[in-house]
Amino acid sequence: MARRQSDGPSKTDVDMTPMIDMTFQLITFFVFTLNFSTAVQDERLQLPMSQLAKPAEGPSVDPITLQLMSDGNVIYMGEPLPVEEIGGYLENEKRVMLGAGKNLAEATVIVRADGRSKTGDVQELIKFCQEKGFEKIVQRAEYDEGK
Amino acid sequence: MANKREPLSDKINIDMTPMIDVVFQLITFFMLTLKTVITEGDFDIRMPLGPSQGAVSDDPIPPVRVRLIAGPAGERAGISMNGSPVRDFDELQKKLVDLVGTGPGSRAEATEVELDCDYALKYDNVVRAITAVSGVVQPDGTVVELIKKIKFSPPKRPAG
Repeated sequence: MARRQSDGPSKTDVDMTPMIDMTFQLITFFVFTLNFSTAVQDERLQLPMSQLAKPAEGPSVDPITLQLMSDGNVIYMGEPLPVEEIGGYLENEKRVMLGAGKNLAEATVIVRADGRSKTGDVQELIKFCQEKGFEKIVQRAEYDEGK
Repeated sequence: MANKREPLSDKINIDMTPMIDVVFQLITFFMLTLKTVITEGDFDIRMPLGPSQGAVSDDPIPPVRVRLIAGPAGERAGISMNGSPVRDFDELQKKLVDLVGTGPGSRAEATEVELDCDYALKYDNVVRAITAVSGVVQPDGTVVELIKKIKFSPPKRPAG
């Protein structure tokens, strides 16, 4: 009697090992590059570049970040405002900080200004901060690795 | 005739589907939350609130005055150092190194640079000027520090 071939589907064993290896390597890569930093980086801004703009060694004390766009508006708490109006908001910051018993002289105002903005607007912004009693004002630039 | 039992197979089949599902979900999560962070650094520049009211400076050397002139569109139209014109930022740096020197006996520590910029000048030029006066980047990547004391002249809003 002739042997009858089975009708059922034949089971093919696929070796999953390389795919699992690669997948776990991808996961490892993403875990290591995961960034928990809360640094404010607005994509609307194009910071000027400098080879001497080395990153700060530690986090700033009580940072207040003001971002000046190329059109002269300041992004404060996500909202664009004219430079002239920032004084009132800085007054609020000052009141909150003083209310919390913090020293204004220790607070750091970080000015992130677009490279295409007017220098005068940057200076006006710094002037408003100084008039409100903030002493430590730093200007931020993108670190240029010079490659 | 008694049924003959089939010999037990050594291979245990584990269902990989749930693990692969979870792993791919993890990859999707990490890919969607991936954000590239650009390295940023700070410059600490002083700006006097108003014109000095007859105060006598303790500095033995008068500040080096760097003037940055803007063109009609805010581009850099000219640079001068203590009144004499400078071609570009490289020449500004060279002149400053000639003035204060580097290494032992350098006067860079005691020298102050005052940046006097036109209101409409694009800020990028200011950062380039600050970079030029703050230090010299050597070909091997090391930085020789120059001027640490940098200040702005008060802003002068153009009339009209």
